[in-house]
Amino acid sequence: MNQPVTVRVVRPRDAFLDVHGISRRFGEVAALEGVSLVARRGEIVCLAGQSGCGKSSLLRIIAGVDRPDSGTITLDGEEIEGAVHAAPEARRVGLIFQDYALFPHLDVTGNILFGLKHFVRVEAERRCNEAIERLGLQHLAKRYPHMLSGGEHQRVALARALAPSPRVLLMDEPFSNLDRKLRDDIRNETLSLLRKLGTTVIMVTHDPEEALSAGDSIILMRAGRIVQSGTSSDLYDRPNSVYAAEFFCDFNKIPGICRGGFIETPLGRAAALGRADGEAVLYVRPQALVIGGDDGVMAKVMECRLRGEIEEITFTLAGVAQPLRRRSTERSGLVPGAQVKIYTDPAGTFVF
Amino acid sequence: MKGRSTFPLSVLAFGYAFLYVPIVILIVYSFNDSRLVSVWSHFSTRWYGELFRNAQIGDALWLSLRVAAASATVSVVLGTFAAFAMRRMRSLAGRGIFEVLSVTPLILPEVLTGLSLLLLFVFLGQAIGWPAQRGALTITLAHITFGMAYATVVIRARLSQLDPTLAEAAADLGATPFRTFRRVTLPLLMPAIVAAWLLAFTLSLDDVVIASFVTGPGATTLPLVIFSSVRLGVSPQINALATLLVLFAACLILAASLLLRRGEVEK
Repeated sequence: MNQPVTVRVVRPRDAFLDVHGISRRFGEVAALEGVSLVARRGEIVCLAGQSGCGKSSLLRIIAGVDRPDSGTITLDGEEIEGAVHAAPEARRVGLIFQDYALFPHLDVTGNILFGLKHFVRVEAERRCNEAIERLGLQHLAKRYPHMLSGGEHQRVALARALAPSPRVLLMDEPFSNLDRKLRDDIRNETLSLLRKLGTTVIMVTHDPEEALSAGDSIILMRAGRIVQSGTSSDLYDRPNSVYAAEFFCDFNKIPGICRGGFIETPLGRAAALGRADGEAVLYVRPQALVIGGDDGVMAKVMECRLRGEIEEITFTLAGVAQPLRRRSTERSGLVPGAQVKIYTDPAGTFVF
Repeated sequence: MKGRSTFPLSVLAFGYAFLYVPIVILIVYSFNDSRLVSVWSHFSTRWYGELFRNAQIGDALWLSLRVAAASATVSVVLGTFAAFAMRRMRSLAGRGIFEVLSVTPLILPEVLTGLSLLLLFVFLGQAIGWPAQRGALTITLAHITFGMAYATVVIRARLSQLDPTLAEAAADLGATPFRTFRRVTLPLLMPAIVAAWLLAFTLSLDDVVIASFVTGPGATTLPLVIFSSVRLGVSPQINALATLLVLFAACLILAASLLLRRGEVEK
């Protein structure tokens, strides 16, 4: 029943971090099953997926604090997992934990200096000062972690991880512990700093918007396997599965029948190229539902709600059990009970 | 505050009186000039002077302090090992049995512990000639058996609160397991280790039962001296000594609780 899905990973010549076929079981539970990914030098890769899909396990394995049952990891041409197991302290991989894991008995300077012990003292101090200045922590240098706010914790953790110049920086949900308001600012600051430094980053997130906007590429995981990987537009515009599509957007789902490359639904006819004949579901993005058009079908406005920037309208349509949602930045001026014609924009519809 | 019952307050007062009045009486009478412990004559520090000139008590105090320091130190080292070992074998079957076995000395009657240790020492002395005679060494060993149990409990409690990701973070930052232990785990455990040491030290210092079983000629700890002198009739010197010991114990307990609180704040 659950046959292994082989996602072909193109392994480019310039792969800096090459993770291949990693599997890890915890007792009966398979946390990771044959996961492979590559990152080029300076690339920011987002590992996305719902909690419990194995993202954090993979990060811990790359960092070396956990060992896989099988698979290899090559970093900058050097095998660090596989036939050998390089100790975490020997990998030069920086890991930022979800709760930041700052040492409570050391002040900010002490925390940063902890990772610089293999440098000579002058160099360690220079790097420590550089990290403190780079993240604007000068006024906090002598504070202890329990005296810092959430955003400051994040900055100290970043400074501590970057100070020894790790070859790869791994971040486990680095922004999920921050207030919503603060989160966007800190994320932008962090990412622009990482780009400026040319750091190779693997970042774990369960936030679809963060996954789309933060990285150069996205790897979407589910239940220990990779569902799809590619650029933001690959995943958003060309999802390969219902899971990939629904991870980034909540769709209107309209059941229909496929025949001869088209799908017939109560909402009209849409292209379904390459689909076998039979039952299928038309997935329509809320923003791909358009009001007007001569070929549209009649629908009744159930609710019309202004949510600030966007307006959300709910329609009922004969033959569809679920109400349909439309979201747009335009104001429709419709009132509940009104009858209007609606049709779908092919750019925002998929057939699965 | 109108109509508030005075009952809880009086219960509280009675409870504390029950605990502390005997100690207060003991302290007050240590400043009594009379040779009789139960009759007040007038204030004097005479017994403190005699106490300091009493060589037997001085020797016993010195022995007690050495035994307490040595047993507390060994207890804490073994207790730390035990706490780490028990965390390691979290997934091992039968771990519960090991945990209970390690704290048995806490619940075993002291008479039993003392007697069983005495039998062990006698047997060992006959079988392998060591310990050749009972004295300071056997008392120290006996005190380690229960001091270690207390130390294990205190240190394990703190260790279980430590965030395991801290050790992983240290490893990720290039620290070897040894450096992680020395620079991260040990400093974070330090308050508990010091508190455990003070606890084991205090327990060793006031033990009569076990010490009286396993001691031999020439090794009389302070509690043994006090106990035997009481049987011959109490000298007010003992009151003076007890007052000093109460003061000393109070300082230790204060230090231990301050350390534990500091550990909490840092978390």
